[in-house]
Amino acid sequence: MNPILVPLLLLLTPTLAIAMSAEERGLEIAKEIEARDTGFHDFKASMTMLLRNKHGEESLRDMRNQTLEVENDGDKTLVVFDEPRDVKGTALLSFSHKVGDDDQWLYLPALKRVKRIASRNKSGPFMGSEFAYEDISSQEVEKYSYKFIEESEYQGTPCFLIERYPVDPNSGYTRQQVWVDKERYIALKIDYYDRKNSPLKTLVFRGYQQYLDQYWRADEMFMENHQTGKSTLLTWKEYEFRAGLNDGDFNKNSLKRAR
Amino acid sequence: MRQTAPHTSHRLGGHGNVFNFGVDIVKRLWWVLLLLPGLLSAGEWSGFIELQGRHFPQQALDGDQSDQLLSIAIQPEYYQRWDNGRQSLLFIPFMRWDGEDDERTHGDIRELVWTYAGDGWETKAGIGKVFWGVTEALHLVDVINQTDLIENPDGEQKLGQPMLKLSLERDWGIIDLYALPGFRERTYPGEEGRLRTHPRVDTDQVEYQSDREERHIDLALRWSHFIGDWDIGLAHFDGTSRDPLLLPAVSDSGEVLLTPFYQQMRQTSLDLQATKGDWLWKLEAIHRSSDSDSYNAATGGFEYTLVGIAESDMDLGLLVEYLYDDRQDDATTPFENDLFIGMRLTANDVDGSELLAGVIKDLDDDGWMFNLEASRRIGNLWKTSLQTRLWSDIPEQDPLFVFHRDDYLEFTVTRFF
Repeated sequence: MNPILVPLLLLLTPTLAIAMSAEERGLEIAKEIEARDTGFHDFKASMTMLLRNKHGEESLRDMRNQTLEVENDGDKTLVVFDEPRDVKGTALLSFSHKVGDDDQWLYLPALKRVKRIASRNKSGPFMGSEFAYEDISSQEVEKYSYKFIEESEYQGTPCFLIERYPVDPNSGYTRQQVWVDKERYIALKIDYYDRKNSPLKTLVFRGYQQYLDQYWRADEMFMENHQTGKSTLLTWKEYEFRAGLNDGDFNKNSLKRAR
Repeated sequence: MRQTAPHTSHRLGGHGNVFNFGVDIVKRLWWVLLLLPGLLSAGEWSGFIELQGRHFPQQALDGDQSDQLLSIAIQPEYYQRWDNGRQSLLFIPFMRWDGEDDERTHGDIRELVWTYAGDGWETKAGIGKVFWGVTEALHLVDVINQTDLIENPDGEQKLGQPMLKLSLERDWGIIDLYALPGFRERTYPGEEGRLRTHPRVDTDQVEYQSDREERHIDLALRWSHFIGDWDIGLAHFDGTSRDPLLLPAVSDSGEVLLTPFYQQMRQTSLDLQATKGDWLWKLEAIHRSSDSDSYNAATGGFEYTLVGIAESDMDLGLLVEYLYDDRQDDATTPFENDLFIGMRLTANDVDGSELLAGVIKDLDDDGWMFNLEASRRIGNLWKTSLQTRLWSDIPEQDPLFVFHRDDYLEFTVTRFF
């Protein structure tokens, strides 16, 4: 079935929707999200993380991101850190995969050393923030199983509320509830539940902008941890789609050159 | 025994000319310095300044050696990129002033390197730094840069190496070709310094096997690739050994000293890592031959990470490595049949707190060494680190015996800019 037609059919023919199981309908929505975000080829952007603890103390992280879309697999990503200053020049190269562990190399500029690291640790804090690596890595359909919950709304925007369950046993979550904008097929809010199925974090996407007349990216991603009272505001700036990146920009040499 | 007569260079200026290393390099690169002011206006400056204190609780073997050392180091860093990011210049000078040890007051150009990144290839020219290898306890395959031993006895600090490098990136891996003109001598502590040999090494008298001495052009070749969970590197080096033999000699003033003798050597190496879930399996193996000997050595083991211990964000890594050298008791390294057991605690907190502790135990005798490194960020610009090393029950014939009264505690405060 043409993936573009699926949402139309879902809207126009409720009988078909009823015929699909909640799992099938959840999966169709996830596939449509991915289909609409396919074909961007590559982008560059800078990222700032503002970490805040429950006493209001703040700490800043500055980094730059380069992403290359890989056909039939997860994306390749290179992240270079600018702040805090002791890790300036440290860079992380990730080849994410639809199935199985990602490949990750960390470059330590003081020693000029490239280390292949265990990527199984995806649930720990990324740079001390409330984001785990699995929250910001390439979101592939195959990484979860799905269930459609209900038609809902988030801040007045009609949404599909779906639940997704990480396939990877090393994920820090049992499930995630995602509010998906019905019209644009983008996530507006995600509730994360920890391994004990208690509410852990909420991620809210703000200030979506469309690039190349197709690809939606949020200017801000605000993650709040309900168990610790800590939060992280991730701000994306200077998006540049189709910046001319290719495979050669994502190898160990380019990792060492990245800065 | 060596078969070639050593070529000796007696350096004028003698003991106390602490800027030798820096000055030699600067002399050779005066033309770059002439160009620098124009170049250095458009890029970005960063770097750090650090204050370091070392305390040695035991009395030294030699009364001239100090128990407390205080030093300041500065390492600015200049970087400029142009030509759509294809070309870049990196300049990292380094200088340390030590309150006690004249030799440890030293400067170096860690890097002054121009890079051109083509499509599928890369070239570098200047003074650079290269790291090869995967293991933690010992870096056998890492042979390009000389060790700045006076900085830290662990040998992790390196001196800048003049080099010309061509790198080819192919589907079947990366090939690196190096020509290394200009040899850098290993740094050693001076008379007042701790962590030194007895008698001390006289870096003013150096011997080389090659009649080209420090101007011998070394060559190196490396292929590295990854296939799934496996990362592999094969390398060959032909040139002046970075590890000198230390030969007894008598100075002009009648003092018995050790003279570094740098032989020619050929080394073929393999480094291998398998990344299997929470397990990292690592191996480094070398075959090295020179006129005086030919031997094999290897280091191998694993790092296993326990993620989120005790329901916290902390990770605990367990490291075990076996260190082997087939020269056994004749080895110039202390690690010929040793076991390294360590742990790495990563807090994953806002301050990036880390702790690495480990012991290396000699399996042939009672000797062992203990090592602890901990660090923590303070705010965005400051970092504190603590390091301690202890040597215990080291037998007299062990190369580490000279350190047996040099247990120390080191505290460093670093300010980044």
